[in-house]
Amino acid sequence: MSDLVKNIFRLAVFILVQVYVLNKIPFLHRFIVPYLYFLFVLWLPFSVSRLGLLLVGFLAGLTLDYFTTTPGLHAAACVLIAYARPFIINLLIPKDTAEFNYREPSPRAMGWAPYSLYIFVLTLLHHTYLIMLEWLDFGTFLDFLIKVLATTGISLLLIFTTELLFPRKIKFRTNTA
Amino acid sequence: MRNIFLFIRRYFTFIAFVLLQVFALWMLFKFNKLHHAAFLGVANEVTGTVNTQVDKLDDYFHQGEENQRVHRMNDSLLNLLQSNFTKTDTAQRLVTDSVMVDTVKGVRRYLWRDAKVVYNTVNSDKNYLQINRGSKFGIRDDMAVLNSDGAVVGYVINVSPNFSSVMSLLHVQSSVSASLKKTGDAGTIEWDGKDPRFVLLRGIAKSVEVKTGDTVLTSRYSYNFPADKMIGTVAQISSDPASGFYNLRIRTAVNFRNIQQVFVVENLQREEQLQLSRDTEKKVEQQKKPNR
Repeated sequence: MSDLVKNIFRLAVFILVQVYVLNKIPFLHRFIVPYLYFLFVLWLPFSVSRLGLLLVGFLAGLTLDYFTTTPGLHAAACVLIAYARPFIINLLIPKDTAEFNYREPSPRAMGWAPYSLYIFVLTLLHHTYLIMLEWLDFGTFLDFLIKVLATTGISLLLIFTTELLFPRKIKFRTNTA
Repeated sequence: MRNIFLFIRRYFTFIAFVLLQVFALWMLFKFNKLHHAAFLGVANEVTGTVNTQVDKLDDYFHQGEENQRVHRMNDSLLNLLQSNFTKTDTAQRLVTDSVMVDTVKGVRRYLWRDAKVVYNTVNSDKNYLQINRGSKFGIRDDMAVLNSDGAVVGYVINVSPNFSSVMSLLHVQSSVSASLKKTGDAGTIEWDGKDPRFVLLRGIAKSVEVKTGDTVLTSRYSYNFPADKMIGTVAQISSDPASGFYNLRIRTAVNFRNIQQVFVVENLQREEQLQLSRDTEKKVEQQKKPNR
């Protein structure tokens, strides 16, 4: 499967799971909103250009916004993590190894520790921005802080579960591919 | 000039990032304030079709429960039938009614339409429902939405041809006028975004006697909601020390997690009422002027 087809398919699955499973699960607590869809942005191949990342991130966020009737909310957060992503990747992995051997960020491509840090930073960034935008409208500062932490925690749990349940096949970049 | 181009090329990604952010935030602040946005109309049509398909599947899990509720509703309606009552009045006689309009029934004020919920959440602090009736079926903004027991769910805020968005009571911007059944005192139902089982009733003076378990109904003064429809029962009473009002927590009669079938209620005299109140204001304003 080509990267394009695979990622389109992936976006559809992530959005459907977010809208019809995670947004509908029984209410746990007002601070806990399980978010997973933005993992799509984190899983995009290394080869996508920075501008491409921004546009794809915007599109992914906007698609979710259509379903949740919050135009621009998730789009803004996704654009932010799409913009921050290359910087974090450059910081965390040596350029000559992973980026040339693997197609997309994964625990195997980057190693568990750098990959976890990558996920953690971007998840925190995404939630902080998203919940800040919500908070501008309504709520108190303490609520905002607790909600960011709780939501980040539940998201990390979901992401690592996903990572363990669906280990992506290692894709070496070869001349034939 | 060359430097400007160089600058743009150098920071092109950053500029694109800023532009996309600004666009996203513009949408967020513009469309969230104005519910009549075209965006939501389009979104309704696109997501509505997907939601309908998923909802078809979801229905199988709730059928038994829903069936029971409908059956109970039927039961209560059947009990109201004329044939259940015998006339004890012995002085009856047969008369031919010459009036064309049925004067006993009166003029219809509320029209009920059935609808099905295709999407619903309770996890956000701004919860919307999507129903499978739109402007093609005569749904318009501000119509009341009640569940199959006749308890308040919310009101329509946006319609597209085939679907409508309903602002649920569980929305931090929602505000519905309500009254206590026992005393008739009116207040406003709001939500603090915390627990989806409870809403708040504000504006009830401390002088009013309130007990837990008291029923809260829709107010008689509402233009959208039919009077005396169930909202919930008082669950917790606390008084706000800063003002002369109670903070009442109301347990909602509707279980927002599993709403399946709803009724959309149209107040046929709403326009007339609104027109009258507008005219009254205008008239009062005009009368004021000569006096000064």
